[in-house]
Amino acid sequence: MTEPLLRIEDLAVTFSTRRGPVEAVKGIDLDLPAGRMLGIVGESGSGKSVTAFAVTRLLDAAGRISRGRVLFRGEDISRASSKTLRAIHGAAISMIFQNPRAALNPIRTVGLQLADALRAHRPLSDKAAREKALELLKTVLIREPEKRLDAYPHELSGGMCQRVMIAMAIACEPALLIADEPTTGLDVTTQKTVMDLIARITAERQMAVILITHDLGLAAQYCQDVVVMEQGRIVERAAPEALFRRPQHPYTRRLVAASPTPTSKVEDLVADPEYHVPLPPEPLREKPAAGTPPLLEVVNLVKRYNHGITAVGGVSFSIGAGESVGLVGESGSGKSTISRMICRLIDQTEGEINFEGQSISGIPADGFHRSPYRRQIQIVFQDPHDSLNPRFSAFDAIAHPLKRLDRLSNTALKERVLDCAAKVGLPANLLDRFPHQLSGGQKARVGIARAISVRPRLLVLDEPTAALDVSVQAVTLQLLERLRREDNLSFLFVSHDLNVVRMMCERTIVLQNGCVVEQGESRRLFDAPESEYTRTLLAAVPHFEGAA
Amino acid sequence: MSQFASTARRAGRRFVSSLPALLGVLVFTFLLMRVLPGDPAVFFASGPTAGKEEIETIRKQMGLDKPMPEQLARYMLDVAQGNLGNSLTTGQPVSKDLRERLPASLELTFAALLIALLSAVPLGIAAALKPNSLVDHGVRLLCALGVCVPTFVSGLLLIYVFYYLLGYAPDPTGRIDIFTSQPPRMTGFLLIDFLLAGDLSGWWAAASQLVLPAFTMALFVVAPLARITRAAMLSSLGSDFVRTARSIGLPRWRIVVVYALRNAILPVLTITGIVFSTMLGANVLVEKVFSWPGVASYALDALLASDYAPVQGFVLLMAFIFVIVNLVIDVLYGIADPRISIE
Repeated sequence: MTEPLLRIEDLAVTFSTRRGPVEAVKGIDLDLPAGRMLGIVGESGSGKSVTAFAVTRLLDAAGRISRGRVLFRGEDISRASSKTLRAIHGAAISMIFQNPRAALNPIRTVGLQLADALRAHRPLSDKAAREKALELLKTVLIREPEKRLDAYPHELSGGMCQRVMIAMAIACEPALLIADEPTTGLDVTTQKTVMDLIARITAERQMAVILITHDLGLAAQYCQDVVVMEQGRIVERAAPEALFRRPQHPYTRRLVAASPTPTSKVEDLVADPEYHVPLPPEPLREKPAAGTPPLLEVVNLVKRYNHGITAVGGVSFSIGAGESVGLVGESGSGKSTISRMICRLIDQTEGEINFEGQSISGIPADGFHRSPYRRQIQIVFQDPHDSLNPRFSAFDAIAHPLKRLDRLSNTALKERVLDCAAKVGLPANLLDRFPHQLSGGQKARVGIARAISVRPRLLVLDEPTAALDVSVQAVTLQLLERLRREDNLSFLFVSHDLNVVRMMCERTIVLQNGCVVEQGESRRLFDAPESEYTRTLLAAVPHFEGAA
Repeated sequence: MSQFASTARRAGRRFVSSLPALLGVLVFTFLLMRVLPGDPAVFFASGPTAGKEEIETIRKQMGLDKPMPEQLARYMLDVAQGNLGNSLTTGQPVSKDLRERLPASLELTFAALLIALLSAVPLGIAAALKPNSLVDHGVRLLCALGVCVPTFVSGLLLIYVFYYLLGYAPDPTGRIDIFTSQPPRMTGFLLIDFLLAGDLSGWWAAASQLVLPAFTMALFVVAPLARITRAAMLSSLGSDFVRTARSIGLPRWRIVVVYALRNAILPVLTITGIVFSTMLGANVLVEKVFSWPGVASYALDALLASDYAPVQGFVLLMAFIFVIVNLVIDVLYGIADPRISIE
């Protein structure tokens, strides 16, 4: 057997922290032959990114390789000098990163950064470097490449920044590309073009790729081999179809079950019996008497900003009591703007918002906290961490709306907070903790408990699980579904994840550039989309079911 | 170029928006000077025996018998015409005094700032490259010393060592020693005027006279500059784009200078602006210790003599310089960071 391009033997990485050394990667073995694409999947804390940074020796100062070898073309680079590494970086192994915009120097033009990458390994004149840079931009299919050479990263979209990053990574024709969550935070359609680009370029140049991702579908679609990591160890490795069809390890099984697919149901997301709480049955909803206004009605909603940008251009829909409506679209489609206008956090430019037949669009956003409708409409924010006051304990966070809107205090307040915490499955002993002492899933529960504490009728969920791991997302989605069924809550569910919306919402509204492209029954809409745009969106969703 | 145009537009807008602040300073200093204790009319009378009539005449001369609003209106009208009143101590128009003395202060401050930047930025970078190393701790100690030793003490210490003990420095009084003749006045900045006159020995004399006070002042501001450089460098060295620079195999110095430092320079610029303005006002102690004929010591003397006009003029000058410095920093910011120019 020939020597693989990259061989990792018993690699362990230790971080020195304030509470002593922590082993993030606990001895892993991997082989990567030239020209193959290997996926490393796992949730946060599994050590997948740390592995990548250990291989490229780009760990931050606190982390070091404590054990094992990294053989690149048969040579151990785990202890190579910085001089050797510099010759390897870019020329033999290169990386692309999560958050492409931050990965580019904000005050240097794209052309100069590409020239930097080119000249790091060979002498080139200014003119030659510029020509090469232009060629690279063409390779990564950037529109108007001549113009982009002199652009700064902030003038480009996230997807374009990632293309520039790819161009930098392939500039010196390395044999191995490590992509660390290259499409996290990008829209599905952008994700698809970026991933297709990576796949095509690396295949053309016969480069080996390590794709690090938390998205099983993505790994299944693009990789020939997949390894699953959990807490610093590799628990399973196989070809994607085998891995996702017949997962062997319990962790893999849990992960596969938790990943929403076009056919999954909320009930089936949590495979682990330990966490599994049966959902109450869908409440029988009586048909509202004729003439009863829907819970929420939005008519021709428009939001224009001062510099003439129209974020939302005339959107109408309604949500019935106990109904869950999904709002999907790419970034910039206006879905967050709509949700904020409905929550009365920002004012609309035009249009009507009616709650149970009463107009609430006349109440200005900065006075809405005094309105009796405030308690009827509550919101769960996207980032469970940033949306909690760091100086409020979990108890304070949940109690705050109760104090303000229900004027509760002392025992009554305490009872209600405990009630809410129990409802969202937050252990009472965690209530004294501050956000930084809670896990992502626990913070999400605090955010939900805060929103439901005043017993609203309508809950606006703005990407409530976008920042969570799939297994945590699964539990959170089940929790939301249970709350909806128990209390006959209505949801406006904003998300970019089509599989989640398909599962959670009876009806779905597809937005593009601030306008409704299509809306209707979720089942119908996803199975037989009417508009071209919805079809594009659906086609871009990576999935592992058809991977075989 | 559009970037240049937008920077200019921004600077212009900033200048216009700072005009009300200048006006506020004008009114505030006027009022402040009127509520301070001490009657200038008494002070400037011929002596302790001066009679009531004489004091009254002086008061009339100075316009102090008029009601406050009228005094203020007249004052503002004068300022608008560039007339800052007359100094009673020097007997000259304040604007002339300030014009004569401002270059001395500016020369000292610029020299000190240059010294401070040239030492603080490398120190900050060195500290950031090896955080918590011996170098880092050394820089931290140096900075602590710089801030906690008062300027008049460090000034005297420097004089003691370099003039008295070692004899390297010339007699630490004034901008130029008594044996060197003044160059023809062109800009008021001695170093420039000597160069323009082609008098190199004179230039050397002025420069060596400048070294001690400039170092004294620099010592005081090295600390904030070095600390902010360190902090900014640390954060930009830890940023994603520096990691990218490493991942494509750039040489170390290029990563530090082109990627980290160019980004870290923005907060340093801000602090430099603040430091410069503080130095101009705070260098009164240094000017006193080194008998430097600058504006700050001039204002202090006037204040002690209850001489309103020079103090008001000084404060107004400082406010004006503060506005100008902020403008310059703003423009530099726009050049250093392309993200600023889009608004």
